[in-house]
Amino acid sequence: MTLAQAFFEALESLNGNKLRSGLTVLGIVIGVAAVIAMLAVGNGAQASITGSITSIGTNLLFVFRGSPESQQQGPGGGSGNNDRPLTLSDAAAIADPFAAPSVESVAPAIQGNGILSFGGESTTTTITGITPEYFIVRNLELTEGEFINQEHMLGRMSVVVLGPEAADAILGRHEGIVGETIRIEGQPFRVIGVLVAKGGGAFGSEDNSAYIPFTTAQARLLKRSSRDEIDILYVQATTAESVPQAADEISNILRQRHRTPIGDDDFTVFTQQDFLQTFQAITGVLTIFLGGIAGISLLVGGIGIMNIMLVSVTERTREIGLRKALGARKRDILIQFLTESSLLSLIGGIIGILFGWLISFVVGQIAAASGTAFTPIVGADAVALATIFSAAVGLFFGIYPANRAANLEPVEALRYE
Amino acid sequence: MDRVIEARDLRKVYKMGEVEVEALRGVSFEIQRGEVVAIMGPSGSGKSTLMNTLGCLDRPTSGEYILDGEAVASLQDDQLADIRNRKVGFVFQSFNLLSRQTAITNVELPLRYSGNTSGRRERAIWALKAVGLEDRMTHRPYELSGGQQQRVAIARAIVNNPAIIMADEPTGNLDSKVGKEIMNLLLNLNRENGTTLIIITHDPTIAEQTGRVIRLRDGLLENGS
Repeated sequence: MTLAQAFFEALESLNGNKLRSGLTVLGIVIGVAAVIAMLAVGNGAQASITGSITSIGTNLLFVFRGSPESQQQGPGGGSGNNDRPLTLSDAAAIADPFAAPSVESVAPAIQGNGILSFGGESTTTTITGITPEYFIVRNLELTEGEFINQEHMLGRMSVVVLGPEAADAILGRHEGIVGETIRIEGQPFRVIGVLVAKGGGAFGSEDNSAYIPFTTAQARLLKRSSRDEIDILYVQATTAESVPQAADEISNILRQRHRTPIGDDDFTVFTQQDFLQTFQAITGVLTIFLGGIAGISLLVGGIGIMNIMLVSVTERTREIGLRKALGARKRDILIQFLTESSLLSLIGGIIGILFGWLISFVVGQIAAASGTAFTPIVGADAVALATIFSAAVGLFFGIYPANRAANLEPVEALRYE
Repeated sequence: MDRVIEARDLRKVYKMGEVEVEALRGVSFEIQRGEVVAIMGPSGSGKSTLMNTLGCLDRPTSGEYILDGEAVASLQDDQLADIRNRKVGFVFQSFNLLSRQTAITNVELPLRYSGNTSGRRERAIWALKAVGLEDRMTHRPYELSGGQQQRVAIARAIVNNPAIIMADEPTGNLDSKVGKEIMNLLLNLNRENGTTLIIITHDPTIAEQTGRVIRLRDGLLENGS
């Protein structure tokens, strides 16, 4: 008997018992759909997180106050102890091209929350005191106006660059607002620029921020205990490859300046790669976990197939006896039943792939509707995996019943009632 | 006339738990090509065992069995399957048709297992014509009467042009009128094609229509006729 014949006979036989075939297939459909959807959501999450981390800026390093151990409680969480703060002179030392050749530019910043108001509207946002380098380092762009420049810095001028969300909150729009005067913590500031909307980032939304000159912030809004203290230092490495080298250079400079012994740093250098790796590790574990759960349901579906095939073999004992009497060899019977079980689970796999794709599409739509830019990705690898896995499940769980059928004694089988 | 079946000292022992049951205790006979033979005997006489052995469904425990020139007593399962396919046509009491398949697909079934793909449909049509069912080819078993179903089974038995036809109570599930028609059909096929016909029965009126009766009792031939 050729494979094509076996295929059509299996199709006929499955077709002859539609309800049972359908229910058996359902187990595989659910399993495969779950695998596909879970992997798609996992991949989508990973891609969206990777994207948002990359959008923070290129070749970026972050330097925080406090040891790496204390940083595990969250950035900025460990600054209440004896660690020396980062200062503007630290920033200047790192910016020295001879001491740190891998560093392209350095942007110190101080951050705090404050109330923006205009007319009757007010909103609480993150207020960041920055230097002109910040915009380059953080890869920010304007829809209108200009960035904070050296002149604003020197004059400690009351100017502000707004994120579009913050602008919307108090002005009701984020276009044509350059020249308006808003109040930050009650003090008047002139709007000189509006940022391009970027969407949510790993550190909260940059769209909901106000940027003012570092000197102005230091003098009037975000006072720190020492005059040149800074909260965070953004450092841009010359190239992506030189990021680890830059991290080393920064660490060396700061250890010298803070006179800390090696291994007892009072600062933390964090690279974008670290963020990426951390998040990729998290989403990777998540994806494997979800995929594993989905895989279990596929396994259960496979056991369902085995169950039904065993019932089917028992039910068709006479048929098997007859086929053997007419000259079917063991192999013929084996192929017949294996074809049936593989076909069952392959059909289940195909329906499951479509179904899983539909689920991830719906998840994407829901995410989009709720404002999170998040697209589940149904990868070709996931589809291939699900197809191969479901066919293998059918084959594997079909082997035992098929073997049982093939090894029936024709005499016994023909006599079976 | 040459011998199509040569059985020498066939013995068959079944193990039923601890007890050994001797179903055949040394049976020897010959059947010539083209003969019509009835095998009779009360139940428990070893009739079914003999039929299974002659039909190559089972192997004897000892003894020699030559079917159409081939010694089959010690063949492997798959070789036996091949012999059954080429040399034996079965007709069962309960027809044993595949209920989901049409008459012609049922008749084609032995050809599917014999590996030759060419002319399959033509052979099946020829066989259905031979049993007078050419107008019922695409009917399924449940659309056919008992007699018609048995005709389909006979068509299936002759489709591969076998050396012998083994009919196990072929009229047992049919009323006497239809049973007679089926018997006539089998005898006709024997006359026209010269196919050897072995009928297992305990109906004496059927045995009367055959050329020779082999009687079994307690695993032995009764009179060695």
